[in-house]
Amino acid sequence: MELTLTSRILYSLLGLFIVFNYGLLQSGVMRKIVARVAGRYGIPVYQSYFDIIKNLAKRSQITHGIMFYLGPIFRLGGGIGLFLFMPMIFGSIYFKNFSFTGDIVLLMYFQFFGMLGMALGAGEAGHPNSTIGISRGLAQFTTVEISFTLAIIAIAIQYQTLSVYNIVAAQQGGILHWTLFQNPVATLAGMLSFLGIMRHAPFNVVMAPQEIPIGPPTEYHSTYLGMLQSNRAILHIVESALFMNLFFGGATNWIEFIVKTFFIYFTTVFVGVVFPRYRVDQSVAWFVKVPLVIGVLGVIYATYIN
Amino acid sequence: MTRMDDLKKRTVTAPDGEVFTVDPMKEYFCDKRPEVQEPAHPLLEKFFNWARSNSLWVLGWGTGCGSIELPPLTTPRFDMFRYGVQMRPTPRQAGVFIISGYLAVKTLKRVIRAYEQMQGPKYIIALGSCTINGGMYYDSFNTINRLDHYIPVDVYITGCMPRPEAILSGFVELKKRIRAGKAEGANDYAERFDWYKANQKKVIKGWDMPDYNW
Ligand code: SF4
Repeated sequence: MELTLTSRILYSLLGLFIVFNYGLLQSGVMRKIVARVAGRYGIPVYQSYFDIIKNLAKRSQITHGIMFYLGPIFRLGGGIGLFLFMPMIFGSIYFKNFSFTGDIVLLMYFQFFGMLGMALGAGEAGHPNSTIGISRGLAQFTTVEISFTLAIIAIAIQYQTLSVYNIVAAQQGGILHWTLFQNPVATLAGMLSFLGIMRHAPFNVVMAPQEIPIGPPTEYHSTYLGMLQSNRAILHIVESALFMNLFFGGATNWIEFIVKTFFIYFTTVFVGVVFPRYRVDQSVAWFVKVPLVIGVLGVIYATYIN
Repeated sequence: MTRMDDLKKRTVTAPDGEVFTVDPMKEYFCDKRPEVQEPAHPLLEKFFNWARSNSLWVLGWGTGCGSIELPPLTTPRFDMFRYGVQMRPTPRQAGVFIISGYLAVKTLKRVIRAYEQMQGPKYIIALGSCTINGGMYYDSFNTINRLDHYIPVDVYITGCMPRPEAILSGFVELKKRIRAGKAEGANDYAERFDWYKANQKKVIKGWDMPDYNW
């Protein structure tokens, strides 16, 4: 059965709504977990809703120029673009969104797209902390991207496809069919780069609250900030979903989706709670040394061993 | 170059040889007068105020000795996060400005700039006796005595210095005010702008910034 274009759009919007709310609640739960680790009671899990409503309800707002205005729009566009081309639920005609053959290249593009838009916008704000944050963020993300790309190349060689949907399809039929067991080396490279993509400690020097307060979004406020927060909620889930699709066998229903993405995202929070922050030169060096080498091994594994 | 020269209009040659003029007072500041921002429809405003009161982002900037009581708020013992209070180290995003104690005239100038950069509705909590009547510095040559002559204050917290518990109760008080729709300091500032500016200019010598800078 094929859906009409209208119903595909409507189902995508429904999916976006689910992902958005799940993202907001999940970030609250994660912050609660971090607070409990620190021995605090912590913020309410629904705090993100208040924050977004508060920011949208601000009465005044200023702009520093056109790029400043477009920055959050690009960022949100990147997040939603990532969502639109990602099959959420495997085997469901309703939530496979607009995925197509070769979509993984587009997804990688969207990952970078939002960051670049944000970099231009925050650059126009002219605040020194934004500019420092941007240069650190882009430097770090470039190295993260290399190992992530290597992991994807390994998977593409192994499954002979560039479509996320087909990659998930190749992993069906039991837990041992997951990339996690089929190519553990590439999975390791991918998950290490995932730490950099999510930017929790030890790789959170981009925002570094005590060092360059807030980083790139220093000048963003009111509705701009509301958009950035909405984007973060969506992005966290969609990125976790991407890794779930690539390495952990995808999901065939929303329950499985939520459980898997929760634990995938939780790994970064877990690492963040345990390890202190790297300086940017340390993190760049680390990404070039460890995940990159593992990524190369993953490609070799996919080519010769499998 | 002295500080005042820094702000004069001048011609600059860029590294690539391009020559252009810079007028810092125009380019770095905006001196548009603040305007009264009307609240939304009463029902909607009630909902907004409820959200605002549950999401207080504090500009944590210690101006006086009372600020030493702010860091404990983030520790497990006092934990302000459970009240929806979070630190936000940039005036653009923060909604609550805590003036933690005495204000030297020099600091007042920065306080005014930071306050004007915040986006409304914005609230001020004044911490300690020094902000109320000058406290133990009431006759000092370079501190101000009464803060609400210079910027509109929503909640005063007495004590020298107030305990973290007192600060938490100050937050609760501020929440009540916000929910009741009484915390309209930003609009008060816009309405009585001339009066506030006159007071500020009385104490700040060598006023070298625009009258209003967002
Ligand atoms: S009220 Fe007391 S603790 Fe606070 S700034 Fe004044 S002297 Fe310091």
